[in-house]
Amino acid sequence: MAAVLILLQFGTGLLLKFAYEPHPVTAYSSIQLLQNTVRFGQLVRNLHHWCANLLVLIVFLHMLRVYFTGAFLPPRQFNWVIGLGLFGLVLLANLTGYLLPYDQLAFWAVTVSTGMLEYIPAIGVHLQEMLRGGADIGPASLRIFYALHTAVVPAVFVFLMAFHFWRIRKAGGLVIPRKPDEEFDAPSTRVPTVPHLLLREAVVAVVLIAVVLLMSVFFDAPLEDPANPGLSPNPTKAPWYFAGLQEMLLHLHPTFSVFVIPFLIATGLLFLPYVRYQSDAGGIWFVSPTGRRLAVWAFLGALIITPFLIMVDDFLIGTGRLPFGLPPQISNGLIPVILISLVVLGVYFIATRRFAASNNEAIQTVVVLLLGTFIVLTATSVWFRGQGMVLRWPW
Amino acid sequence: MESTRDKEKTEPSASRRNVLSMIWMGLGTAALIEFGWLVFTFFRPAKPLVGPGDRGQEIEAGPVDNFKPDTVTAFPRGQFYLACLQNGGFLALSRRCTHLGCTVPWIEAENQFICPCHSSAFDIKGDAIKPPASRPLDLFRVRIENNIVMVNTADRIKRTAFRDNQAVYAK
Repeated sequence: MAAVLILLQFGTGLLLKFAYEPHPVTAYSSIQLLQNTVRFGQLVRNLHHWCANLLVLIVFLHMLRVYFTGAFLPPRQFNWVIGLGLFGLVLLANLTGYLLPYDQLAFWAVTVSTGMLEYIPAIGVHLQEMLRGGADIGPASLRIFYALHTAVVPAVFVFLMAFHFWRIRKAGGLVIPRKPDEEFDAPSTRVPTVPHLLLREAVVAVVLIAVVLLMSVFFDAPLEDPANPGLSPNPTKAPWYFAGLQEMLLHLHPTFSVFVIPFLIATGLLFLPYVRYQSDAGGIWFVSPTGRRLAVWAFLGALIITPFLIMVDDFLIGTGRLPFGLPPQISNGLIPVILISLVVLGVYFIATRRFAASNNEAIQTVVVLLLGTFIVLTATSVWFRGQGMVLRWPW
Repeated sequence: MESTRDKEKTEPSASRRNVLSMIWMGLGTAALIEFGWLVFTFFRPAKPLVGPGDRGQEIEAGPVDNFKPDTVTAFPRGQFYLACLQNGGFLALSRRCTHLGCTVPWIEAENQFICPCHSSAFDIKGDAIKPPASRPLDLFRVRIENNIVMVNTADRIKRTAFRDNQAVYAK
């Protein structure tokens, strides 16, 4: 599915390239021209937009499926890493594509996201200047983002995708799903690729294309007012796939929400397949019945605790400075991060001690906990934040 | 016996080969570093045309009497706010939020700058009074000449907190 979407992106992107002018003065009007005068111009732009959004969703779901069926275990460890790279690339593609229309949404989303780089120790400021091509978003930034979006990212995509698929073949195909009590090497009957697999893939592809087409016919890709550096819209919201990060930014000191936590999570994800696991759970959903039960509990726990924490913190911020009179790096950064780490470790130990879980199950519990938290953060930012980033009901 | 003689025979040429390949490797690494450095400098942004303290970036804000104490006036051309404090001191505050760079509007009703992106708030002196921002708004240099307020937008002054000597007073 993702591959089909990427192919669609290549196709529509190529078409858009003929209409687009990467300069702050003309970018916005070239998009307007495309939408209003070019035949199917609006449709092509919509397709590109919806494919990009679906791509994030589908790649994310694929990642969850791979994790929860143990398809990242040996011999597929390195392919998990390539997959992470591809996921990062999808996000990068969306981010760089974001600036190109040069409307309000584009300008402020990129101002904020490149603003985050400032908090990376040592190299942050230089990295930011390099990416923006100067101190502020301007003509140079647009040129750089255009080059990244239309040349660098697609080139790396082709390379990484080929690598990804080749590794699947090397590993002897996909992981075969099985029940928890089944033998791993139960001989399975095999069928020829043509026509069985090919037919199924073709059906999926056609249905997917139909869905994207329908979405693009009925829902237009948003285009806001032209970029105005003097006026940040209120509220300024990130696209939904970065919303969880934005919500975290509201609560924690930027060094921690921008650098420390994403760094820890990325490292954690990278090393997931390289942990020495106690049981081989390849192909089993959620490792075992225990794993399944713990996962459900962790998910429910995250769903209940996270909103509560968000509201408490919102109340604390609302009353002015946080208590203790400590510098914000500590009161808003170090202390919460340590508390979160303690909770994570606590959950791990409760899982292993109290429920006699193997480390597969315990680590999975932690992953589910963080996943649930992330989903709640994203939902909060997308639906429950109104003007001035005040918590409110979505209706 | 034979094996040691063989060793003696091959050792000099082997070490010579080692040295040669080391040199090759060294040259290759140097070339790579040079190439990397070239690419890096290619991507370095061009130097801005205005240097620090450039007089050309000075903006005339207007006569001192135009600004009432405890008010904030926006100057979109210079991308700053001129704040006139309660005691008549002037501060030129950058409009860029110190958290992630959104433009902060002055909210008259609340007497605060409130960032629309992550709801940081700053008071009239630019001090951060609500997280996530952790640093006060940047300053631009203010000069008062013949009772006219001038603001130099060439360099942006970062600070950790408001101190009274940051404000500029009319004589």
